[in-house]
Amino acid sequence: MSGRIDLMGEAALLVRWPAELAAAGAPLAAMAALQREPLPGVIDLVPAIDSLLVCFDPLAVDRDHLTARLQMLAAHPPLTALPAGRDVTIPVRYGGVDGPDLDEVATQLRLTPHEVITLHTATEQRVLMIGFAPGYPYLGWLPPELHLPRRATPRVAVPAGSVAIAAGMTGIYPTTLPGGWHLIGRTDVTLFDPAADPPALLQPGDRVRFVNAEAQRGQRRRGGKRKNAKGAEDAKRFERKDAEGG
Amino acid sequence: MDRFALAAANRLVGNRPDAPALELTAGGVQIRFGAPMLIGLAGADLDAQLDDAPLAPWRSAIAPAGSVLRLRGRRGDWGGRAYLAVAGELAAEWAVGSAGTCLAGGFGGYQGRALRAGDRITVEPRSCTAADGMRWWPVGRRPAYCAQPRLRVLPGPQHDMLPEAWEQLLKTAFQVDQAASRQGYRLAGATLPTHQLSLPSFGVVPGAIQLPPDGQPILLLADAQTTGGYPVIAVVIGADLPLAAQLLPGDRLAFTATDLATAHAALAEQAAWLAAGPEDDESGQLLAWAGSW
Repeated sequence: MSGRIDLMGEAALLVRWPAELAAAGAPLAAMAALQREPLPGVIDLVPAIDSLLVCFDPLAVDRDHLTARLQMLAAHPPLTALPAGRDVTIPVRYGGVDGPDLDEVATQLRLTPHEVITLHTATEQRVLMIGFAPGYPYLGWLPPELHLPRRATPRVAVPAGSVAIAAGMTGIYPTTLPGGWHLIGRTDVTLFDPAADPPALLQPGDRVRFVNAEAQRGQRRRGGKRKNAKGAEDAKRFERKDAEGG
Repeated sequence: MDRFALAAANRLVGNRPDAPALELTAGGVQIRFGAPMLIGLAGADLDAQLDDAPLAPWRSAIAPAGSVLRLRGRRGDWGGRAYLAVAGELAAEWAVGSAGTCLAGGFGGYQGRALRAGDRITVEPRSCTAADGMRWWPVGRRPAYCAQPRLRVLPGPQHDMLPEAWEQLLKTAFQVDQAASRQGYRLAGATLPTHQLSLPSFGVVPGAIQLPPDGQPILLLADAQTTGGYPVIAVVIGADLPLAAQLLPGDRLAFTATDLATAHAALAEQAAWLAAGPEDDESGQLLAWAGSW
């Protein structure tokens, strides 16, 4: 069981792994290996659900060397050396105007809205990839009880901060964008800030836990919001409270 | 979009090849220079005039203070984008390691948006002397721009899943649809076989030809998204992306298969042209101009 490598033009190679290796984290493990020992001429690495796109300057790279490295990683991704990732907490206001699809999602899944929220907040999700739009994270995987396909008709404009589920994953819209996922809530966290380094809040491999902002007795929690003194203060207050509460 | 023309325009004025410059699409633009500047124009012939004198692309020129550059629109049978470089530093907002404008994200470049009438762009001019000279790019050192280009492609990662689509792609003439932007061109004029393939999203590159289920291919370009889920049946080679960049809606194009060695050789050739730089203009007429300020 090994991945395959295909040309994506003369300046990129696409490595794809079979489902089992992909689910075990092969794309992120291979990316981490290529970051630890970078090859001259490699410009960009784009991890995705079951693949890694390696972009390079064809006039600067040693193609034979690169191909040999990738063949190795395709066959034996160093799964034991998966990047640790950071823990990120994202507060969400579920349902109502912030999550207009929550009730419909619950009906489709034969759950109550409360059960959907409980399942969504109980599951630690990993950032599988960033794509679609700057800073848009694909998080997985959701428990089978929350699996449902995309909406039949996509929305023309999904508000920024919307937290949405589809195809076993959660996505968060960094800005107002068209979208076909089911909107179950909304967050105030800034997902993409071109002036920040790195600009995207979430990186592949990070572990995300969603918390129900409303359940915190109206106290607003803005854990991930950067460049916002008040947000940072709120987050600190919360850490203390968590500590006190045990 | 046309990275060769961008680099060529910058090299005309002695800038580094990837210095910030203006991409002028389809014409209909006027630019007034507040101070004398050494300028370089490359890419499409959009019928440029500097005050009342015609200004051919692929040349440098002196724009006197108060002079106006007008680009009226395509002259001849090809071309959509011209690149204007000025000697020195164009003030641009840098974001994520680039001075380019991210229209989708609304950041970078000039306030994260396309320029509008009335905008003022600051330039930190580099002092120029007559020794900088007037330069031009001979035709032999430019990509083979033409009407109805035949873009060379390598098979894409999913070409073997859709062999008929790959074969028909190479036999069909297409037209750039009205739905065309810096992100990509939807290709009209023919439909490739429809399909039901559903793939997990994967990284894509400018030049990738995606085939959505409806059989209308999309050619991704400079502002392509980083990932996509439609099968990629072919990828236009880097050396031919400048040709793709010069197309406007309604223009015709076709594709022809090539191999990796050819793709490399073509790219290396263009890199060598750019490294060698433009030639001095031997007419000497413009040199007199340059010495006068």
